[in-house]
Amino acid sequence: MRYTGKAHRVGDHIDTDAIIPARYLVSTDPRELGQYCMAGISPDWIKGVEQGDILVAGANFGCGSSREHAPLALLGAGIPLVIARSFARIFYRNGFNMGLVLLEVGDQADALREGDQLQADAEEGIIRNLTTQQEIQVRPLPDFMRKILESGGLVPYVRKRLESAA
Amino acid sequence: MGHSLASKLLQAHTSETVDEPGQIVQCGVDLVLANDITAPLAIDSMERMGAERVFHPERVVLVCDHFTPNKDIDSAEQVKRVRDFAARAGIRHYYEGGVCGVEHALLPELGLVGPGDLVVGADSHTCTYGGLGAFATGLGSTDIAAAMVLGETWFKVPPSILVRLEGKPWRHVGGKDVVLHLLGRIGVDGALYKALEFFGPGIASMDAEARMTVANMAIEAGGKVGLFPADEVTSVYLRDAGRRNDIPLAADEDAEYESSLDIDLDQLEPQVACPHLPDNVRPVYEVEDIALDQVVIGSCTNGRISDLRQAAEILEGRTVAPGLRLIVLPATPRIYRMALEEGLLEIFSRAGAVIGPPTCGPCLGGHMGILAGGERCLATTNRNFKGRMGSLESEVFLGGPAVAAASAVAGRIRHPERI
Repeated sequence: MRYTGKAHRVGDHIDTDAIIPARYLVSTDPRELGQYCMAGISPDWIKGVEQGDILVAGANFGCGSSREHAPLALLGAGIPLVIARSFARIFYRNGFNMGLVLLEVGDQADALREGDQLQADAEEGIIRNLTTQQEIQVRPLPDFMRKILESGGLVPYVRKRLESAA
Repeated sequence: MGHSLASKLLQAHTSETVDEPGQIVQCGVDLVLANDITAPLAIDSMERMGAERVFHPERVVLVCDHFTPNKDIDSAEQVKRVRDFAARAGIRHYYEGGVCGVEHALLPELGLVGPGDLVVGADSHTCTYGGLGAFATGLGSTDIAAAMVLGETWFKVPPSILVRLEGKPWRHVGGKDVVLHLLGRIGVDGALYKALEFFGPGIASMDAEARMTVANMAIEAGGKVGLFPADEVTSVYLRDAGRRNDIPLAADEDAEYESSLDIDLDQLEPQVACPHLPDNVRPVYEVEDIALDQVVIGSCTNGRISDLRQAAEILEGRTVAPGLRLIVLPATPRIYRMALEEGLLEIFSRAGAVIGPPTCGPCLGGHMGILAGGERCLATTNRNFKGRMGSLESEVFLGGPAVAAASAVAGRIRHPERI
């Protein structure tokens, strides 16, 4: 699970209404939701994002509602990975379940700037800042979450369980 | 070492031994909930899981409350999907139209949640039921799909923060003021991944509805759950809701807490959260005279009968300030009928309020009270994020029903004692 992309920075406590405002929750299609990604910050935010770009956030990213549309909007916008100081707990579960990779890095998030070119290896737990040549070590994922990721997400995990029970 | 209430509730639902915070445990769930926004995604996920049946049709609840009455074609299509799924899966607890209310007000009054239960819902305010002593928390739609199919889900055992309540609140001070004050002290990530456990002599002065208001906003501090121990007040509430035989659990005397804090209810003033985060909290007297365009009384936080009574007490014989819109949304059909029978709706109507149907509507900027650019609203809801109730250029203040009613009369944010 390796990712290379340009960093886009957002601040602390970015809530799910900022990631995808409720008025767009009449769809569940990631591509459609992706057009409005971060529309709660600015409708133009999405214009600066290219496929594969990496989002870097402050504390408590994804706070607020339980809407899974939030990780879907990020994925739909072409963002495969979010690096944050910390994540809100429902968003954290949702991200993994949807296949959006989330890396919690604490204070080290401050060292990543808008426009930095980043390379991340989620399995190795290393983020390299190619612009500044700095390296960040990431907390290991809990074993259980790794198991779900190894299955390919929660949907295939449950599918396998149901098939083995049948 | 003793166990917190959160640990004991998880222990009661797992065959594993709950040892310490951070441990991941598989738990059986008593009830699984989704709404018109989150259920369609859960149904998608279920289909991709290859599942056709839910684990127990009586233990799945679907409430189409967010955009009710359906605001447009897209929202109507979403509800239709949920309705068809409920019929196919044999789910009896399906609510829309005239039997639908705001889910976290509806489930407790129907007696579907109680102390000792483990409830997961695809809605972040599922933590409301902690006010009745249930371990209840919000999850995303795919987690909910898995719980609907398997009847179980995983939890990381949370560390607990003990919140000790002392004293008795003054008139016009309620559950909302308690929780806003708490948010102001610990911040919007002050309980991130943690359980908030309320305890102490002050609890006795809070009715079940006030406790649910407090538990409801645990998520606004990032909390997994907000728990009240069940007591006689809880039992009376549950009896009215038709429940019997609940076995309440309590924290061990020697339970270990990560931290603790005290709130003296005697000293508490009515509180207001200012834009744009629920922890930007001030005592109301510090923000008085901020002019308002709209006041909303309702939601899963403060749309219950005790909230409407508090608002009506202030609005009786008074009128809403010229140019201000007051919107009152009783949270369920039963609350609506009670308000009608008690004469509260007449008081609101004579005061110049718009009385709407039970709906989440304006709280999330859905419909029925959307804000234009530059407009300011004080709401009894739970979130004041930028753009939450409409335009990105609008502002939302949060307060309890007494502050909301007083502010509607004054046309400005106002202390309930000063109208």
